[in-house]
Amino acid sequence: MTGLLAAAHAGLVRHAGPGHGLRLGLLVVVVVIVVVVVLIQRQRRRDRTTMEVASPTASGAGPALATVGLGEPIPPGRYHFTDLVRAEWTKLRTVRSTTWTLLVTVALGLGISAIATAETRSHWASTPSFQHVGFDPTATSLIGIFVAQFAVGALGVLAMSGEYSSGTIRATFSAAPSRLRVLAAKLLVFGLLAVVFAEVVAFASFFLGQALLTSPATHATLSSPGALRAVVGSGLFVAALGLLALGLATMMRFTAAALSTFVGILLVAPLIVQALPTTLSQDIRRFLPDRIGATILTTTGPHNPFAFSPWVGLGVLALYALGVNVVGAILLTRRDA
Amino acid sequence: MIEARGLTKHYGAKVAVDGLTFDVRPGVVTGFLGPNGSGKSTTMRMIMGLDAPTRGSVTVNGQRFGDLRWPLREVGALLEARAFHPGRTARAHLTMLAQTNRLPAHRVDDLLELVGLSAVADQRAGKFSLGMGQRLGIAAALLGDPGVLLFDEPVNGLDPDGIRWVRHLLRGLAGEGRTVFVSSHLMSEMSLTADEVVIIGRGRLIEQTTIEDLLARSAHQFVRVRSPQAAALAPALEREGATLTVEDDGSLSVRGLDAPDVGDVAAALGATLHELSTQSASLEEAFMELTDASIEYRGAATDGPHPAAAP
Ligand SMILES: Nc1ncnc2c1ncn2[C@@H]1O[C@H](COP(=O)(O)OP(=O)(O)OP(=O)(O)O)[C@@H](O)[C@H]1O
Ligand SMILES: [Mg+2]
Repeated sequence: MTGLLAAAHAGLVRHAGPGHGLRLGLLVVVVVIVVVVVLIQRQRRRDRTTMEVASPTASGAGPALATVGLGEPIPPGRYHFTDLVRAEWTKLRTVRSTTWTLLVTVALGLGISAIATAETRSHWASTPSFQHVGFDPTATSLIGIFVAQFAVGALGVLAMSGEYSSGTIRATFSAAPSRLRVLAAKLLVFGLLAVVFAEVVAFASFFLGQALLTSPATHATLSSPGALRAVVGSGLFVAALGLLALGLATMMRFTAAALSTFVGILLVAPLIVQALPTTLSQDIRRFLPDRIGATILTTTGPHNPFAFSPWVGLGVLALYALGVNVVGAILLTRRDA
Repeated sequence: MIEARGLTKHYGAKVAVDGLTFDVRPGVVTGFLGPNGSGKSTTMRMIMGLDAPTRGSVTVNGQRFGDLRWPLREVGALLEARAFHPGRTARAHLTMLAQTNRLPAHRVDDLLELVGLSAVADQRAGKFSLGMGQRLGIAAALLGDPGVLLFDEPVNGLDPDGIRWVRHLLRGLAGEGRTVFVSSHLMSEMSLTADEVVIIGRGRLIEQTTIEDLLARSAHQFVRVRSPQAAALAPALEREGATLTVEDDGSLSVRGLDAPDVGDVAAALGATLHELSTQSASLEEAFMELTDASIEYRGAATDGPHPAAAP
C-alpha cells in the first residue's frame, strides 16, 4: 500500500461486510467497463468489415498525376511553433487510446471515490466515535486520483514512445526538423490536456464524494481548511507526473521501459525505501512522489515531519519533471532519430 | 537538387556510408542502387537530417535539411513502409503532417484521392495492407508538393498493378521537373524507372552514370550470328576487329562489332544469315559485376578517396 493510497484511506472506517455504497460503486464501475469494452469491440468489427470491402478499390491503379500540384506559392517565413502545437494536438486527439484511456479513467476514478465515500457513510453509525475525529473527507473523496496518476502517466509515455514504436517520429522530424520545438509543442499540448483532465477528475471526485457523505457522516466543502488546496493540488500533482512520464519516454524511447520506470517510481520505490533503516528511510521518503502526493491530499491531522509541505512537494515534483525532460531533450537532439 | 559531399556515417565500429559524393539532378529519376546493407537507407536518413553524418555533408536545394523553411513543401520522403501510428486514421496522419507546414486541409483529401485511399481514409492505418501503407507513405511524401522527392524501396510489397503505378508516378514527377531519388537493390526495376543511377557498394560510391551508358558498356553485350557460311564469315569479322566465340549450337558470338557492322560484313561476303541479334546481359549481371568489384576494391584499398582519419 503506498502513501498516497494510505492517505486517502486514512479516515476510512474498515468494517466487515460490504455496505450498499460499495455495491453501488462496484456496479457503476463494472457497467462502465462492460459498455466501453462492447463499444471497442463493435468499432473493431466495423473496421474489419469495411477494410475488406475497401482494399480492392485501394489497390487499383491510381488516377493520373494531374492533381499533385498544390497550386499555391510557398508562403513567406517558416514553419512556426503554433503550427507544431496544432499538429501535436491533432496527434494526441486522433489516437483512439487517448479517448478511451481518459473515459475509463474518469469512470474508474469516480467509481472508486464513490465506493470509498459511500462505504464510509454506510458504516458511520457502527464505528467508534474516536475514529470520526480523524476522518478526512477530502482525502477520502480524492482516492480516484490514485487511478488518474497511472492513466495520465501512461498517456504521457505513449505520447512520445508511440512515435518511436510506430516510426511516426521520422515523419514528424522530416516535416519539422527542429526537434526541440517539436518536443516543446508536445509538452505544451500534453501538459495542458493533463492539467485540465486531472483537475476535472479531482473536482468531480471531490463533489461526488462529498455528496455521498450524507449526515451524520462529516463532509467537506471547498471552503473547508485545506480542501481547495488538496483538490487543485492533486490535479497539478497528476499533471506533473504525466510530464515526468513523457520525459522518461523521450529519454528511453521504448514504451515498456518508460512505463515500467514510471510505475516503478510510484509503486516500487516506496517499498525499497521502506526496507532501509528507519531514520534513513524516512529522510529519503519525503522525496518520493507518493509521499508528496499523500501530503497534498491530506487535510486533517498534524503535518508529517518527514514530508515536504504540499506546495514545496509539488515544486520538488515539478523539478523532477523538468530534469527528466531536460535530459530527454539533450538526448533527442544528440541521437539519430 | 541533392548534393552529397564526402558523406560518411559510422555506427560504432561499423562504417555504413563511406565518403559518398554525388549529385541528384532535377528533371530525371535517379536510381540509388546497391546490394542489401550497402548504406542506401542510411544515406537517405542523412539527407533528411534524421541521422547525423559522422563526416561530410549533404544539402537539399543548397541548404542543410534543418535550415529548410518549409521542409514538407521542399522535400518529401518515403523512408520506410510504415511510418505512421497504427491507431491513427490515414486522414489524421496526413492532417497532422499538413498542419506542421501550414498546408491547406483540402490537400489531405487531394492526396488521399491521388493514391487511391479515399475509401479507407477514416480507417485506422494499422489495419492497412503493406501496399496500402506504402500508398499512405507516398501521399505523405507528396503532401507539400515538394520539388525534391526521396523514395526508399517504394515498390516493396506492391502488387504488379501497384508497381506499374509507382513507376508511372516517379516518371511523371521527374517529368514535372522535380528531383526524384529512388533506392532499390534491383537493377531490373531501376532500368525501367531511372534515367541516372548512383551505384554504391559497402557504403562507397562505385559510380554515378546513366542507365544507357551502363547498358552500352556492359561487357556482356555481344551480337549473335548464325550462318551456314560461318567458316568464311568468321575470319572476315576478325579482320574488322571482332572477337569471336563459337557456341555449342554453332552460332557465333561477336564482341567488338555491333549488329549493323556484322550485317555489312556478311553482305559483302554474300553470306546467308539465319540469325543476327544483339544480346545484352541483363543489367542485373552488369550490376553484380560492378558491386563484386567494389568488394574486391575495398579489400585492397589503401589509398581510397577518403582514407580513414586518425580517430
Ligand atoms: N541504426 C543503425 N545502427 C547500427 N548499424 C546500422 C544502423 N542502420 C544501419 N546500420 C548498418 O549499416 C549498414 C547499411 O545499412 P542500410 O540500411 O543503410 O543499407 P541499405 O542499403 O538500405 O540495405 P537494404 O537494401 O537492405 O535496405 C548495414 O550494415 C546496417 O546493418
Ligand atoms: Mg534500406
